[in-house]
Amino acid sequence: MSAVRFDRVSKAFGTRKVLDDLSFEIPKGQAFCLLGRSGTGKSVALRHIIGLVKADSGRVFVEDNDITTLGGRQLADVRKHMGVLFQNAALFDSMSVGDNVAFPMRRHTDWSDAQIRERAMAKLADVGLVEDFDTMPGDLSGGMKKRAGLARAMALDPALLLVDEPSAGLDPMTSREIDELLVKTKQGGTTLVVVTHNIPSARAIGDRFAVLDQGRMLASGTIEALDASEEPLVQAFMRAQGGG
Amino acid sequence: MQQSSLVDRVGSRALGVFEVAGAIATFGAHAVIEAPRPPYELREILRHAYQLGCRSAPLIITAGVAVGVVLSMHTRASLERFGAEAMIPAALAIALIRETGPLITGLLVAGRVGAGIGAEIGAMKVTEQIDALEANAVDAFKYLAVTRIIALMIAMPLLTIMMDFSGMLGGYVAETATSGMSWRLYFERAFSYISYSDIILATLKTVVFGYLIAVVSSYLGFTTSRGTEGVGEASTRSVVMASVLIILSDVILVKLIFFFYPVVSG
Repeated sequence: MSAVRFDRVSKAFGTRKVLDDLSFEIPKGQAFCLLGRSGTGKSVALRHIIGLVKADSGRVFVEDNDITTLGGRQLADVRKHMGVLFQNAALFDSMSVGDNVAFPMRRHTDWSDAQIRERAMAKLADVGLVEDFDTMPGDLSGGMKKRAGLARAMALDPALLLVDEPSAGLDPMTSREIDELLVKTKQGGTTLVVVTHNIPSARAIGDRFAVLDQGRMLASGTIEALDASEEPLVQAFMRAQGGG
Repeated sequence: MQQSSLVDRVGSRALGVFEVAGAIATFGAHAVIEAPRPPYELREILRHAYQLGCRSAPLIITAGVAVGVVLSMHTRASLERFGAEAMIPAALAIALIRETGPLITGLLVAGRVGAGIGAEIGAMKVTEQIDALEANAVDAFKYLAVTRIIALMIAMPLLTIMMDFSGMLGGYVAETATSGMSWRLYFERAFSYISYSDIILATLKTVVFGYLIAVVSSYLGFTTSRGTEGVGEASTRSVVMASVLIILSDVILVKLIFFFYPVVSG
């Protein structure tokens, strides 16, 4: 059984078609990188997996669940097994960093306050932010926000981790640290879906890759397959990013 | 040609107004349906009741005292002509408790809280925090809107009682400074023409004001777009729309109170 499956998914906003008959499958425990230029539908595809956007046609499966038909409590039950890092981290700015990380635990577990605090500390330690437990998100830099967002996404050790542009706006060192953390998470058995246009980062994290352009799949497979692709846009993209 | 385009514009504008009114009504009805369903989010309701209610108290009390002083001065100026100064406390109490207190509380809360809700939820919308709530398997509508609606429905009557009391106190200060009337005589005369139904019905009316303020501003927050500009617009429109709705609903509620409790109109 695959962790995520897109079956001929199309989506348009007004007259603009963002996803066009998109199909792919992500095996469990693998890291799948969605690559492509800005505005090609990568983030929209990710939002389909979370169920934040409904497909105009086609179906999106998370394990056995057809996300396109779920709503309310059933959708919430599927989401409890996901962690999401948004492009701008989307930390709750009325809560401290620690409370942000503790939020999923408070909502979905019956752990004591002490257990939740201890676990939130551990998650923040994983991303190097243990000192910032009581800091408010507004006082963090962009990179720190992203790391805190990642700690929140991993708070409940989700089976499926969705990451939107993990290295955007980060310095190379922080970017590498986040890549290493994602690799470690994958090694723990978590399925990763990473949206990025950073090829070095994708090479470090990914097992399988797909390149999107104007909502269509241009190429998919291993990084070697993409490097060897004869599709001009794929070649241009991989070369522009320092690939093969 | 020009006439036709004017008709088109007016028609399109009217349709837009009806569309928004329908969307707000649906949003409000959805909140009523969701409120009795678990999870009840009691912690959030209490937090908002404190944020929206307790923190509005200093504004309400200050405004109440000022309104009481001003109403007392105006009432004295009018009643003095007829030699009816003894009626000043009663006239002030009737004006304040039946109408001025609830209405001014509603408008002040619409300004302070309505703008805050519109801006806060709007900012959460444009920074993907609402999506993050949903991604964390939390019903954002219930967590953000329904909790605020319930909190404000609880807070409004309490704030109105504060406004009424501080207004009466302000009236007493003004009256005793002018005529030297004693505290006991002032309040005896003030409540001689006021019944419990006056106080209860006028105060309960503000539950509806609280509902309207929270529904309108939450709706505008949830539908915010266009970044920070949209957040500012949501905040401003929340105040304007909530204020207009409070005044319009007040007319209907007063009519209903008079219809079902004719003794209050006497």
